[in-house]
Amino acid sequence: MFALESDDIRKTFGHFTALAGVTLNVERGEFLALFGRNGAGKTTFLKIAATLVRHTHGKLRVEGVDISDEPEKARRYIGFLSHNTYVYRDLNPVENLRFFARLYGLKDPEHRIESLLDRVGLQRRRSDPVRGFSRGLHQRLGIARVMLHDPSLILLDEPYTGLDAHAVETLDQMLDEASAAGKTIILTTHDLEQGLRGATRAAIIDRGKIVFTGAANTAAIREAYASYIRVGVSR
Amino acid sequence: MKPLTAIVFKDIVIEMRSKESISSMLMFGILVLVIFMFAFESSGLEKTVIGPGELWVAFSFAAILGLNRSLAMEIDNDCLQGLLLAPLGRGELYLGKVASNFAFMIIAEFIVLPVFFILNNLSFDQRFIGIAGISILGTLGISAVGTILSTISANTRMKEVMLPILQIPLSVPVIIAAVEATSQILNNEKPEISAWLTILAGFSIVYLTVSYLVFEFAVEE
Repeated sequence: MFALESDDIRKTFGHFTALAGVTLNVERGEFLALFGRNGAGKTTFLKIAATLVRHTHGKLRVEGVDISDEPEKARRYIGFLSHNTYVYRDLNPVENLRFFARLYGLKDPEHRIESLLDRVGLQRRRSDPVRGFSRGLHQRLGIARVMLHDPSLILLDEPYTGLDAHAVETLDQMLDEASAAGKTIILTTHDLEQGLRGATRAAIIDRGKIVFTGAANTAAIREAYASYIRVGVSR
Repeated sequence: MKPLTAIVFKDIVIEMRSKESISSMLMFGILVLVIFMFAFESSGLEKTVIGPGELWVAFSFAAILGLNRSLAMEIDNDCLQGLLLAPLGRGELYLGKVASNFAFMIIAEFIVLPVFFILNNLSFDQRFIGIAGISILGTLGISAVGTILSTISANTRMKEVMLPILQIPLSVPVIIAAVEATSQILNNEKPEISAWLTILAGFSIVYLTVSYLVFEFAVEE
């Protein structure tokens, strides 16, 4: 069974076509790195998969649930992280996580919150308002928010943007653990090496269409990346 | 009910920490009353004639300040997107935000209202309770329409300017009904008040229901 099935997903904003028909299936437990130039449609596709943006055409299923028919059910399976962490700056990490735990209807979330704060290394800052956090600490809390409800599909949109080395290490570690635990991960980036680090499969999106898919550890992805993304940048 | 209370509780904690929403509504509301008092002092007009308009100008403009603050809280760090990722209907999120906006507005209004009575030398009798009741109904309408409009204006370039431009015309029926009902109470014309209260309650319920149903489209990017 697929964790994500996307069948001819299209999205237009007025006259602008952001996605021109994305067909992509991601198997359970797979770690897919999705590459593309700026404006290629990576973020739009992930936002549609996360039910944040409504698509104009096509079908998309998350864990077999059609996101158009049962968006609330689909959201239970999804964890979404972008360069914005979606946490409240006037609350501290514990208050932020408690709030999201209540939104997700988690029963007895305290143990889960403590364990996540340990894993992302925020125990010492647990009572400090997020306002004073560095970008790296912010993103670590963002990771804890994403993992809070134990999602089976983790969508990461350029999560490394602006992170320091330590924060990158923490994020890599969390992704490795999630991957080992059988979670499905889709990560978008334009950095080839960072994307391929933990990925089992890679895909390239260009002008709103998937133009390449293949195993991550092959020369083919590097060639495709060079032709679609490097050439695109120089154009 | 859990998500609704979670949103209200979260907004209360943030407000207790930042003290930005209620205090700004309060200061603005009182300043409006004081300015009106000086402006109309020498006009010789009866307090009960200008008072209702004065009070609802203070309430409705102060509400816009509160709604702008509530909007800013959700725009900061794209927190609105975090709410939209939760496995809830969009309508539930809307009701949560309406409840917290309503609560903050009512707290500010229930402090401004006694100031209005003191500045206008009115006695704290049955009229005070009656106007407090009208404030609850009117504020429900203002917060119902204001919450969805603040969400719509969040996706525009001139957020803070766009909200009053949209909010004031749409809340006119609520404000007219509230001003008229307040006027009836201040002038002890109780037989005619029920019609205005019906209009006030009707508009508040219509705004709340329609906004609940279309909130899904308002949060669309």
